[in-house]
Amino acid sequence: MPKDGGIGASTVRREDVRFLTGTGQYCDDMNMFGQTAAVFARSTVANGVIKSIDTSAAEAMPGVLAVFTGEDFVEVGGNPAGWLINSRDGEPMKEPKRPVLAHGKVRHVGDAYAAVIAETVEQAKDAVEAIEADIEELPAIVNMKDALAADHYVHDEIGTNQCFDWGWIEDNRAATDAAIKGAHHVTTLELVNNRLVPNAMEPRCSMAQYNRANDEYVLHTTSQNPHLTRLLISAFVLGIPENKLTVIAPDVGGGFGSKIYHYGEEALVLAAAKKIGRPVKWTADRTEAFLTDAHGRDHVTKIELAMDKDGNFLAFRTETMANVGAYLSNFSTATPTFLHGTLMAGNYTVPNIYVNVKAVFTNTAPVDAYRGAGRPEATFSLERVIDKAAREIGMDPIALRRKNFIKPDQYPFASAAGLEYDSGNYDALMDQMEKVADMAGFEARRKASEKKGKLRGFGVNAYIEACGIAPSNLVGVLGSRVGLYDAATVRVNATGNLSVMVGAHSHGQGHETAFPQVVAEMLGIDPQSIDIVHGDTSKIPFGMGTYGSRSLAVCGSAVVRATEKIINKAKKIAAHMLEASDGDIELKDGVFSVAGTDKSVTFGEVALKAYIPHEFPLEDIEPGLEETAFYDPANFTYPSGAYCCEVEVDPETGKVSVESMTAVDDFGNVINPMIVTGQVHGGLGQGIGQALLENTTYDENGQLLSASYMDYVMPRADDLPFYTVDHSQGNACTHNPLGVKGCGEAGAIGSPPTVVNAVIDALQSGGKNVTHIDMPMTPHRVWSAMQNA
Amino acid sequence: MTKVTMTINGKSVSGEVEGRTLLSSFLREDLHLTGTHIGCDTSQCGACVVHVDGKPVKSCTMFAAEADGADVATIEGQANEDGSLNVIQAAFQEHHGLQCGFCTPGMVMSAAALLKDNPKPSEAEVREYLEGNICRCTGYHNIVKAIMAASGQDVSAIAAE
Repeated sequence: MPKDGGIGASTVRREDVRFLTGTGQYCDDMNMFGQTAAVFARSTVANGVIKSIDTSAAEAMPGVLAVFTGEDFVEVGGNPAGWLINSRDGEPMKEPKRPVLAHGKVRHVGDAYAAVIAETVEQAKDAVEAIEADIEELPAIVNMKDALAADHYVHDEIGTNQCFDWGWIEDNRAATDAAIKGAHHVTTLELVNNRLVPNAMEPRCSMAQYNRANDEYVLHTTSQNPHLTRLLISAFVLGIPENKLTVIAPDVGGGFGSKIYHYGEEALVLAAAKKIGRPVKWTADRTEAFLTDAHGRDHVTKIELAMDKDGNFLAFRTETMANVGAYLSNFSTATPTFLHGTLMAGNYTVPNIYVNVKAVFTNTAPVDAYRGAGRPEATFSLERVIDKAAREIGMDPIALRRKNFIKPDQYPFASAAGLEYDSGNYDALMDQMEKVADMAGFEARRKASEKKGKLRGFGVNAYIEACGIAPSNLVGVLGSRVGLYDAATVRVNATGNLSVMVGAHSHGQGHETAFPQVVAEMLGIDPQSIDIVHGDTSKIPFGMGTYGSRSLAVCGSAVVRATEKIINKAKKIAAHMLEASDGDIELKDGVFSVAGTDKSVTFGEVALKAYIPHEFPLEDIEPGLEETAFYDPANFTYPSGAYCCEVEVDPETGKVSVESMTAVDDFGNVINPMIVTGQVHGGLGQGIGQALLENTTYDENGQLLSASYMDYVMPRADDLPFYTVDHSQGNACTHNPLGVKGCGEAGAIGSPPTVVNAVIDALQSGGKNVTHIDMPMTPHRVWSAMQNA
Repeated sequence: MTKVTMTINGKSVSGEVEGRTLLSSFLREDLHLTGTHIGCDTSQCGACVVHVDGKPVKSCTMFAAEADGADVATIEGQANEDGSLNVIQAAFQEHHGLQCGFCTPGMVMSAAALLKDNPKPSEAEVREYLEGNICRCTGYHNIVKAIMAASGQDVSAIAAE
């Protein structure tokens, strides 16, 4: 096994060199010969009837090559929802069409109703100004509660603003109601999970080429999953056969969910490239990103926790309104349901769970999965109500959690919310957290803060998430319209180096470094001789991409399976070369040898033999050394963690500062600890941002008030502390070959309730009976809560 | 159109620009120096930071014509002469101070400007200096650590990995 660069090594990332020297190739860094520019005309009203669009003046503008409106796409399909949810009464969800360009109505500010293709971006922008659109503004539907009561609709044809009314698990409802009715103590909490904009630093960009000779298209686009994008465009939107469409996601500057989805701009540039016979490129500016990238979260929730007289949990009951915005983005219906309701057991042995989710259309941007996707919403509700309950019954919040934790001998554990957890040890995580966070020293630190006139609080959280999305058979039963396997091809080249083609897509996760560590470990060769190929549908097998902390657990498992096939075949070739039986061949440190002898051949010699098959047993073995594996997981993976933080609150201003943040996670086995730690850091930054800074605000007319970095508060370096991250308490996943669980979303799931719990603790310590503050806990909100307490 | 001439990464370059052409656009579109990134339209994100006459500048806030005659440094010119990573770049790699890489050129250019003025910055000074550079991936931990390490300070006490 390689000492440097195998499993468990904190190998520095090979992709860094190009990013550090300015030689990365992001979509907007590329230009094509004869390239033209697309610019979109976007609605300035949240809800309106398109009476007419006159494009004649725009078409006559200098440099203009074509102008498109919704009329041009009436005959093609729409962008579909990837997951069918049935309401409690059995009725399927409402699925209004999501066209390439708005037709008939505009439904949110930023909804594109026309596009100009011109020689230059400036000419296209000028021509967009010359489009005369007569749009009759209608009252905007913004607030979810109002939307459900309204007698006018975001989509008139469906006659309601409710997409679905989902119950999970409906058969548990009566028992849950009864448990709450008969409980010794019930804690109730109403809360808002604030709406966020993912804000990958690279704005979306799409560039299309069309080759008339072969009727072929190439789309370069900012995607987390090029095959999924191609499938959606081919099967649902434009009907371009998949063999005629290549989708390439090159270096992508972050995603966090927002680049999972297919967007209309991708279809528009493809159609335009065919029409004008030249490449067409569109790059979003930041305002367009705020207006049109799928947003995240936006739940309004009431949760109840029922306990017996000893603090044993008897039931959780949740009612949530989930905003889906103006159109159903691809996974918008799965996020508040199966990625949220199924997690409502948390880390606890609670027997009764019922979750009701009403998904609501509003005249706002679509809402979909954002880092964590449903699981942060579940964790936030659970861990806030548990903290509140601990205060109400006078019990230490850690002790209350520990009392109800699932114990290590209970795995596999069937939760009342319908999942089977494979492994974990939540007490061990909590023990480690208490140790590394120096909980024993908290009171002294609190006194020191008080001396400075600050209130210090300690907040804790335990989370579980379901990652490694997902077993296709299971999600198929639950309404998914896609399978959620992944795929890898391992190609051993004749000279002994390897190209590994993967369905996962790296946009910050470091796959180019971590995946070779796995293969190098298995083959006993230098990881530097292994390169990862990703992001190009013409080069890689059909995989489902990167989201839901799935890359290593699902695609990494496919890499393992394909490498096992390589080893099996290579052993046969080695056996032939060594005139031995393949059952006697051993592979160690990149050398195949006959057990108990000194006869051996190197991995490189076997590779060369595979491609120069002289004296080769062609009747038994095909030439070449290349294998593909598809891997469909048997279950979700269940990362878990114990987090804590300490905050200081300035009682004069309400300003909160996070003084420390500790994350102890069970990710199972870890391939590259440096990368895993970095993933947690990023999630913590986003989670603290949600807790203290970030909010997406629409006014009553549906105007987005937070549409730039002047108004939407992104976490900056001086808003955040150094973090303490620990993943020493891993329990290997029991059902994938690497024993890995996934680490990409944990920080964003575990940190928001931790910060809120700490702020409440700080205020309580100052004698203020504040039991909840909605996120973001801005100085104004904290100060106001203190005044009203 | 106006003719501009400037030195970029030690080489003299000329071009014809419109009055409204931003320095960032001139670098990216005309000179194909695409390491300078555009992440916003309000001069907030800092992905486009370059040095103009030794001072850090958000190149989206400056017209190309204003840089006529200036000495401009971009990320493409930061590596050592033999092509190896310079001290700051190497520290970013060593301490995992980047993930998706999009904000990275601006971060490196800002870090270089900071260390020129303040060769041994404290944690608080680094964080304050980076106020104009937004990163969405790293939570800043490893960026701050990398910059302190690049300044020669011992960062081993800052949380592991």
